Amino acid sequence: MADVNLRNAIKEFGKTRIIHGVDLDIKDGEFVVFVGPSGCGKSTLLRLIAGLEDITAGELYIDGELVNQKSPKERQIAMVFQSYALYPHMNVYENMAFGLELSGGSKEEVKQKVMEAARILELEPLLERKPKQLSGGQRQRVAIGRAIVRNPKVFLFDEPLSNLDAALRVQMRIEIAKLHKDMQATMVYVTHDQVEAMTLADRIVVLNAGRVEQVGSPLELYHKPRNKFVAGFIGSPKMNFLEGTVVDASATSITVQLIDGASVCANVDGSKAEVGQKVSLGIRPEHLSVTESGGFSGHVDVIEELGESHFLYVRTQSGEVITVQGTGDAKAKRGSTCQLAVPSDLAHVFDENGLAFSRHLKDLAAEKLAAQA
Amino acid sequence: MSTAPNSSPPLTKVKRSNLTASRLRAALLFLAPMLIVLAAVAGWPLIRTIYLAFTDANLTDLSSAQFIGFENFYAVYDGETYGLLVDPEWWNAVWNTVKFSLISVSLETIFGMAVALVLHASFKGRGIVRAAVLIPWGIPTIVSAKMWGWMLHDQLGIINGMLMSVGLIHEPIAWTANPDTAMWSVIMVDVWKTTPFMALLILAGLQMLPSDIYEAAKVDGVHPVKVFFKITLPLIRPALMVAIVFRALDALRIFDLIYVLTSSSTNTMSMSVYARQQLVDFQEVGYGSAAATLLFLIIALFTAVTLTAGKVKLSEEA
Repeated sequence: MADVNLRNAIKEFGKTRIIHGVDLDIKDGEFVVFVGPSGCGKSTLLRLIAGLEDITAGELYIDGELVNQKSPKERQIAMVFQSYALYPHMNVYENMAFGLELSGGSKEEVKQKVMEAARILELEPLLERKPKQLSGGQRQRVAIGRAIVRNPKVFLFDEPLSNLDAALRVQMRIEIAKLHKDMQATMVYVTHDQVEAMTLADRIVVLNAGRVEQVGSPLELYHKPRNKFVAGFIGSPKMNFLEGTVVDASATSITVQLIDGASVCANVDGSKAEVGQKVSLGIRPEHLSVTESGGFSGHVDVIEELGESHFLYVRTQSGEVITVQGTGDAKAKRGSTCQLAVPSDLAHVFDENGLAFSRHLKDLAAEKLAAQA
Repeated sequence: MSTAPNSSPPLTKVKRSNLTASRLRAALLFLAPMLIVLAAVAGWPLIRTIYLAFTDANLTDLSSAQFIGFENFYAVYDGETYGLLVDPEWWNAVWNTVKFSLISVSLETIFGMAVALVLHASFKGRGIVRAAVLIPWGIPTIVSAKMWGWMLHDQLGIINGMLMSVGLIHEPIAWTANPDTAMWSVIMVDVWKTTPFMALLILAGLQMLPSDIYEAAKVDGVHPVKVFFKITLPLIRPALMVAIVFRALDALRIFDLIYVLTSSSTNTMSMSVYARQQLVDFQEVGYGSAAATLLFLIIALFTAVTLTAGKVKLSEEA
């Protein structure tokens, strides 16, 4: 178990720079999740930590030791791959024991470690099976078992659940969370699935085009996104963005006039905002509600019913389509016009560069309750 | 699927058999041209050779051939044994062929594997190297055998010239005529020519392997040599076995290379060369056919044994 520290880590493939100077401190026993759109460099960053790719410039410390030049084995990491990467000609036991036996463990010692891992992961009845005789979930458990037996300083997961079906993914997600609780190990986990990120992570690292956009706890990212990219990436469905102009600004609020003329007040720190400045108003679909009057109006284009909730796709007078999430069945009719209310406490405002005006949220727990209500 | 046959079994049955019958007809129709050609160019000559093996046919007059039973294979006259099975020259040819096959296929497998591993690695100009490596395989055997024949020539050959100029030998060696070197010359040329084929088959096997397990092995800290013997080799074994069987079958019927390089020298005479000598040089069609029939039986036996062994292995793995 160990800290992982990245200092200005850079990775170039030929002349293309994939990772642009990442600084990151992962604490001992922490579960950190890298998320980002595909091609953002999250897997590359993980492979740099693993030692499967060389770091072009910068430093990587594991347990306080500089490991840039060390092999994966010397770094004492274990990795679980998206495709499981099990040795197809070995059975479950041999797959887990292979690395241990070659690094000179005694037969008894190896057996004890493998049986322990098999017990934790409930693989005992499957030890004699070959990988192709296992289901996807079982294969991934074997891959995790292979990581556990090595008793590594850091566990690395590269989209481990992406090849599983939806139901199994939920089950494995819970198993991984439990494993982290039980082992108290440092884990770094790459995914493009934000539900996995939100549920598993102690801290989430949002990456975009090889740069860290924001690091923080799941709720911090949800409630206080630092910029428009993080705001749009975290949360599903995506946050709505409406273009507008600042008509009034104070230290506690900004009033934005939207293109179609409606004014919306957002409780954010507007001390640096100027009247007349172009901004984006950000509102999450779950924070919008249909009202009798007030707010701004739009035309209901499409309704999606999910049973426990529904989505309205509303076209505003200026032509922007915004998503509204409501609980239960939709009351609005397709093709009708509706009024949408924006709670000032839950609105976000971003300047022309995409940076957020900070929100006045003292108590995240209270905010969580508000969001759930 | 499970309920339909119960509700109306006869109807489904009739429908199915109709469909099956029409599929069978289509299959036969598509297969017929190849079956006919095979029967004409492989089946008929084979049957005729086997028939001739039991006659005393002579090239001067094939029509006067008499059926003589197994006398071409084994016969006893006045206490003396005759026939192929007691002919020391035949057994010399069998031994030569087996020795040639074992050594050349082994060397080709080892070199082919090495070449395949190099070609599997990614480096600049790999495409060109891959194509270049195949050149020996692309040259017709007669041409390459002739080419090597000149290179190995005892008086004018470049091999002797080079070895003498660097001082490794003091007088020219008759590579293909000297009993000590003749077989090795043949094996060397065959290895030169056929290693690319082996490499290509093994490379195909290597490219089927998933790359992620190599990363897993890297994380496990497995030494590259161990990775080769514990991971790569077991995984490409099926492809390797196919390649070896292919090559072994080819080597057992070796003719052109030996015939061009060393003619009918007893040092290198293979089963095929022996059969040709009897058939054409000595005009003993019956006796030569008997040799060809034995050659056929040996190869058939080898194939059957390998395929059975392969099947046993496969069913164990499943």
